Amino acid sequence: MKIIIAGGGKVGRTLARQLASEGHDLTLIDRNNGILQTAVERYDAIAIAGNCASKDLLLQAGVGSADLLIAATNADEVNLLCCMTGHGLNPKLHTIARIRNPEYTEQIMTMQEVFPVSMTVNPERQAALEIERLLKFPGFLRRDYFAKGRTQIVELRVDSKSKLCNVSLSDLSGIVKCKVLVCAVLRAGTAVAPSGNFVLREGDRIFVTAPTADLTVLLKNLGIITRKVRKVMLCGGGRVSYYLASLLEKDGISVQILEMEYSRCVELAQLLPRTAVIHDDCSSQSVLEDQGISECDALVTLTGVDEINMVVSLYGGSRGVPQIITKLSRGENSSIADSMALGSIICPRELCCNNIVRYVRAMQNQTGAAVSVHSIADGQAEAVEFLVDETTQNCNIPLKQMKLKPNVLVVSITHGAQTQIPNGDSVFAVGDTVVIVTSGRGVLQQMNDIFA
Amino acid sequence: MNFKMIGRFLAQIISIEAVFLLPALGISLGCGEWDAVKGFAYTLVIMLSVSAVLYGLCRKAGKLFGAREGMVCVSFSWVTLSLLGCLPFWISGQIPSFVDALFEIVSGFTTTGASILSDVESLSKGLLYWRSFSHWLGGMGVLVFLLAVTSGSEKEKGFTMHLLRAESPGPDVGKLVPKMKQTAMILYIIYIVMTVINVIFLLAGDMPLLEAVCTAFGTAGTGGFGIRNDSAAGYSPYIQNVTMVFMLLFGVNFSCYYLLLLGQFRSVFKDEELRLYIGIVIVAVGLIAWNIRDLYNGAEETLRHAGFQVASIITTTGYSTTDFDLWPSFSKSILLMLMVVGACAGSTGGGIKVARVLLLFKILRRNIRQVLNPKKVQVVRNNGRPIDEKILDNTNAYLAAYVIIVIVSFLIISLDGFSTGTNISAVLACFNNIGPGLEAVGPTCNFGAYSIGSKLVLIVDMLAGRLEIFPILVLLSRGTWSRRSQR
Repeated sequence: MKIIIAGGGKVGRTLARQLASEGHDLTLIDRNNGILQTAVERYDAIAIAGNCASKDLLLQAGVGSADLLIAATNADEVNLLCCMTGHGLNPKLHTIARIRNPEYTEQIMTMQEVFPVSMTVNPERQAALEIERLLKFPGFLRRDYFAKGRTQIVELRVDSKSKLCNVSLSDLSGIVKCKVLVCAVLRAGTAVAPSGNFVLREGDRIFVTAPTADLTVLLKNLGIITRKVRKVMLCGGGRVSYYLASLLEKDGISVQILEMEYSRCVELAQLLPRTAVIHDDCSSQSVLEDQGISECDALVTLTGVDEINMVVSLYGGSRGVPQIITKLSRGENSSIADSMALGSIICPRELCCNNIVRYVRAMQNQTGAAVSVHSIADGQAEAVEFLVDETTQNCNIPLKQMKLKPNVLVVSITHGAQTQIPNGDSVFAVGDTVVIVTSGRGVLQQMNDIFA
Repeated sequence: MNFKMIGRFLAQIISIEAVFLLPALGISLGCGEWDAVKGFAYTLVIMLSVSAVLYGLCRKAGKLFGAREGMVCVSFSWVTLSLLGCLPFWISGQIPSFVDALFEIVSGFTTTGASILSDVESLSKGLLYWRSFSHWLGGMGVLVFLLAVTSGSEKEKGFTMHLLRAESPGPDVGKLVPKMKQTAMILYIIYIVMTVINVIFLLAGDMPLLEAVCTAFGTAGTGGFGIRNDSAAGYSPYIQNVTMVFMLLFGVNFSCYYLLLLGQFRSVFKDEELRLYIGIVIVAVGLIAWNIRDLYNGAEETLRHAGFQVASIITTTGYSTTDFDLWPSFSKSILLMLMVVGACAGSTGGGIKVARVLLLFKILRRNIRQVLNPKKVQVVRNNGRPIDEKILDNTNAYLAAYVIIVIVSFLIISLDGFSTGTNISAVLACFNNIGPGLEAVGPTCNFGAYSIGSKLVLIVDMLAGRLEIFPILVLLSRGTWSRRSQR
């Protein structure tokens, strides 16, 4: 597909890397020539410097023959204008705009005839939604959704007190008493595709596939106390904090926000009637103690500085806060973070890019391409969702008779509303949704790529 | 200070007052009360000549008209209105003392309803009508009326907001519609329609027309001048109930009625001030009815008396169906508290206003929380919307000014040697524009016994209470009179 990316910021560059690796034709537009230079050197794309909302520049970028325009500059209004101009030049063009101002989001989606935007993305709001999901199921470090939410891959950490410690995978189903599948284990920074006699050790992070309906059973039988989160402390009063606090307010959770800047505090206090907004420095331990960090059920660090987030999260862990979520704006730091007890790590930019990549794949779906791709185990493995269609080979053949590529694992088959964790006798048919985990280097473009 | 512009406003207001004097003159003519006719006729001549002279002097007014001109204009208007409005009583000789006449008409315009007359029924019909009509005019405000009827030239329109703000009660005065003239007209139309409905209901209870009109004026303006010596005690239970309901209705913020007309029922029923107002009324009626259960025969009579008195006091009207001075002290204390609370902002009632009480409690709650966690940033909200810190400051300042004025007035009128209960209730009754107080100024008594000095203090209190203190206080500030640059 021909894709134009306007704006070479963090989101733009992450997108360029991902989409170029999937073989799309990319054109990058940015005002800043320097950024473009490095981008062209790093990714296989062409670059044009200038104003992405201008008609001439869009024509120069080949908007007439493009399939998709992604506007991800830092200004909402520019993104919108860029999409509108692009659509005016090419009515068949799909457009994605990054809109961060919540005041605009709703009107854009409800006034489709005025704003020809196929999808809006809001990294901060997505991050907030993700954090809210994690807070609703404390105990999971991360959750990925497949098959319209019917299947999930959840991440768990095995610690010394866990029932899973020193258990081999073949004994697992006896403990959890429901059908689950461990599709990857991250041990000491390396992803392993486990076999039946693999024994779990302390410190392992495991990725478990389960039907969404079985998650509560899983948690209960693992002895993870699903203590309901009642009190949450948010450090930093940025956009993510605002979105998250308004979501949590609706859930009836008591929220506390610590923010340094007074005028922002007033703003937040006006926007969030039931949230306690505190004007203080969250990086100071005495402040955290004063505000009752040890009584909190969860701590979410959302300041604009990754280092502060990490330090505060570490402190929260040392004070025994049951659930900790850390926002890191630079995903590349997460490998360091892995060795520390930072709890769940949220990277708004990556969430946003995943969303866009999913949209791109959905556009290609007619040709049997992946519906969605989630990278798990620190990017060392990918979970890919496919829709089985007429072109798919090996339909209605039991899995044990298929020849699959090495490092490929079929982890779930959803037939209608029924999700199944497959065994050797399982089959898939046309119309089913299949989730596949691969730790191979090459990207799976088509369902048929899994067969050897 | 733009005195010429203020002069022009005064000239207009005086001529409006003169026009409103005509029906009273007509009634006196029809009844053949010649001393009252003399009073009205002379007053008319004086008003018209003052108005003409002022207009002549202030024809060429500058355009500069700011907040302080608005304030000063409102206070001047009310003082002028009162000074001229009392003349019929004085000239006709029915109230021989000028200060008494002034007290009577200020009490009328400020919708207080405190009287110095011991025998109301001896007053001639025309004067009784004028006395009650002053309630009606003062209730919604004469400047609002002026805004509703005049069509100022384009350049004048912006500043009229200063006038509305200075004259209308409540912590946060806003327009209903973008145009000031229309806002004023809507307010007056609602006011007139409700008054007419009230008159119809009273007529249905076999009340004579003049009496019904006067009672309705007193109810609509939440004034409380009765035209019988026993206030409302002699009327049938039906008329008492009608009056009670309408008093409560006129104590509601008029913008609520406008919203009802627009069909926004939800926002009216969710209005925090309205809810608190209704809540206070219900609780107060319940407590008093329980407290006075042995004084009357049967639940109906007990509830009717409790309800009427509560409605009358909280809306600052001041009618009474019974001598509540004879009630147990718990009930009297409740009434005294209701006097201070007053009606809703944007109504015709007086007092601190339910909206301000609500805000004051919210400020208090915030400050208590602030003590527990000094770093916490909190916003005071009303109906879910954050309230500007400036309005909160004003509300606090209002309370401070309120308390100071009550204390100083109380101190001065204590010189007359009445009991403490009499004095404090007299000050509260006048300052909150209620009318009757307790003990020697109770519902069956009057203010006639006070000395001239005390009456003047109470006159100032009534004006300050009606205009919500600040327009009167700014007259005492040096900044008001200094040149613009030195403010």
